[in-house]
Amino acid sequence: MTMKRRTVLAGLAGTTAAAALGVPTFAGKDKVKAGFIYVGPVGDGGWSFQHDQGRKAVEAAYGDKVETSYVESVPEGADAERVMTQMALSGHDIIFATSFGYMDAVQNVAKKFPKVKFEHATGYKRAPNVATYSSRFYEGRAVIGTIAGMVTRTNKVGYIASYPIPEVIRGINSAFIHARKKNPNVEFKIVWVFTWFDPSKEADAAKALIEQGCDVIMQHTDSTAPMAIAEKAGITAFGQASDMSAFGPHAQATAIIDNWAPYYVDRVGKVLDGTWKSEDTWGGIASGMVAFAPFNENLPAEVKAAAQKMIDDIKSGAYHPFTGPLNKQDGTPWLKPGEVADDGTLAGMNFYVEGITDTIPS
Amino acid sequence: MLVLEKRPEPSALWRWLAPILAVVLTLVAGGVMFAILGKDPLAAIRMIFWDPLFNETFAAYARPQLLVKAAPLILIALGLSFGFRANIWNIGAEGQYIMGALAAAGVALALYPLDAWWLFPLMIVAGALGGFLWAMIPAFLRTRFGTNEILVSLMLVYVAEAFQAAMALGPMRNPEGHGFPGSRNLQDYPAAHNAELVAGTGMHWGVVTALLAVVIGHIVLNRHLFGFQVRLTGQAPKAARFAGVDADRLVVICLGISGALAGLAGMFEISGPSGQVSIDFNIGYGFTAIIVAFLGRLHPIGILLAGLLMALSYIGGELAQFGLGVPAAAIKALQGMLLFFLLGVDVFTNYRLRWQPGRAG
Repeated sequence: MTMKRRTVLAGLAGTTAAAALGVPTFAGKDKVKAGFIYVGPVGDGGWSFQHDQGRKAVEAAYGDKVETSYVESVPEGADAERVMTQMALSGHDIIFATSFGYMDAVQNVAKKFPKVKFEHATGYKRAPNVATYSSRFYEGRAVIGTIAGMVTRTNKVGYIASYPIPEVIRGINSAFIHARKKNPNVEFKIVWVFTWFDPSKEADAAKALIEQGCDVIMQHTDSTAPMAIAEKAGITAFGQASDMSAFGPHAQATAIIDNWAPYYVDRVGKVLDGTWKSEDTWGGIASGMVAFAPFNENLPAEVKAAAQKMIDDIKSGAYHPFTGPLNKQDGTPWLKPGEVADDGTLAGMNFYVEGITDTIPS
Repeated sequence: MLVLEKRPEPSALWRWLAPILAVVLTLVAGGVMFAILGKDPLAAIRMIFWDPLFNETFAAYARPQLLVKAAPLILIALGLSFGFRANIWNIGAEGQYIMGALAAAGVALALYPLDAWWLFPLMIVAGALGGFLWAMIPAFLRTRFGTNEILVSLMLVYVAEAFQAAMALGPMRNPEGHGFPGSRNLQDYPAAHNAELVAGTGMHWGVVTALLAVVIGHIVLNRHLFGFQVRLTGQAPKAARFAGVDADRLVVICLGISGALAGLAGMFEISGPSGQVSIDFNIGYGFTAIIVAFLGRLHPIGILLAGLLMALSYIGGELAQFGLGVPAAAIKALQGMLLFFLLGVDVFTNYRLRWQPGRAG
């Protein structure tokens, strides 16, 4: 499995990237002990569940040559630091810290254990023994935006957003751009719930959006509650992080699946053969990190075809979801026709594109 | 037949025996639970309660961490215990913890990058004040309008959480944080950093304060008029009124103490181990402290021991998770069992079992 490696955020994290230049070489190992820390329970059906699927893939790939362990529901901050320190003390060779908020804790522990390798998801601080990785979820948003634009009858798409951070804003922009491409009358109604996982809050948001006339719901939160509400209301929704079709067999058009397995297998393999290096990986559809649940059989054939074409074009590199002409929300030009957004801008994205009527809370 | 008979007065023996028996029962029931989960019960119990203290790989690191984890629990539980004794129920220590932390971090961040010896003491004052003022809201509403302080203090936790998210995304956001939410890390801000006083010991100002608070709490409760009033109000509210205890004043003082101590705990945490105002840096110390307070029988020394025991179950629980694959929920269940058995066994402090010859027919 080859991973597309890109030096994203190079401009942003110049100092840490420079520190990574003097990369030490690590000798290979006969057996590797890999630890994982999760911010939620492995049974959350979303974010942490998918990371744990990646851990299981590592076990399946290397059998006796690897031993994995995990700690779930680890709060960010001092607790994460303690758990990782105890893992390092107990002889783990590589530790995957799977939440943005573990960033400073990873740096602290990595300094104390230079021989242990650390992998931090969605962060931007690296070190000789700390690599970072994330997923181009916005590629998946382009696909579900395409579907949303085509299936909405009310021209109102509801969006349950967690926190106004670049990753979420990027996702809204990508979904909106591609919904508009298929349907110039489409509007996005965005609700900020300020949580990653709160089934009752997410359900309330979904109900409010449906009352406002939305017949398609997207979510950037982790619970299956919005999917269940959409199923009951008889409208369309999209699974987040994992296949949620069990909660919305009719509602789920598809789901954006976080597939960490290929990356985890690759990285643990590199510890085994001694070729592990600190680097930054931002994988997408092409590398398999962003995957999709099967299209709902009730989707019209032309919708399925359009969605599949979007997947194929992004995968082949023929199309980038942020291709000009695109203006910012206030009408100022952002990308010229044919121009593609650079990774640095995407990584720190803090503005909406033209046409979105919401304002980003601050 | 067996009957439960009220003792003329609480048994001193059972008061000491109950916690020990509760721990033993927890170990037995926990062992059964681990066995059902397919884990070696002895290995699990050993890893949770023994390895953090005595295993040569972990102990050197885990023992100091015990103090770090226990300090905020002890500090908050101690504050709560005064009110709980007097039937004043502050359930919102979590909110007061958040507001104390935000007040302290706010002072530090507003003055960034300041290098002055007085910054840290100022943050301590701000932290205590932040928690105190947040607790004054339920105190005021109860004494003035007779509202229920349980509901008001609990609801204010959610308000504080929303406020903290707004702070992390807005005014306190790190200008060098690439647009991500969260403040500067106070660990990288020497004048504001609540660092270890002696490297490798886990002792930071929060631990020192918690230990001091235990001593002072013990004296106040047993040797001071206020402690007497608290105990009297809890045991005999009517008698307390006749003895001239001002009920409203007691509400304000008890909520004030618990708010200030929770605020202090938040301050020491945000400036030290946790370091950063994030959208959700609070991790439930304010709620866990309620368990610690009862586990410690609302007694300062008991709270000290209960806090350490609870911290041990967290740290050992993590070891058991990655060492044996025990799920996090089982560790939580074990902590719940501890409280459950304590409250259950506690019956024997006030009651005794007696064999009463049954009347036939």
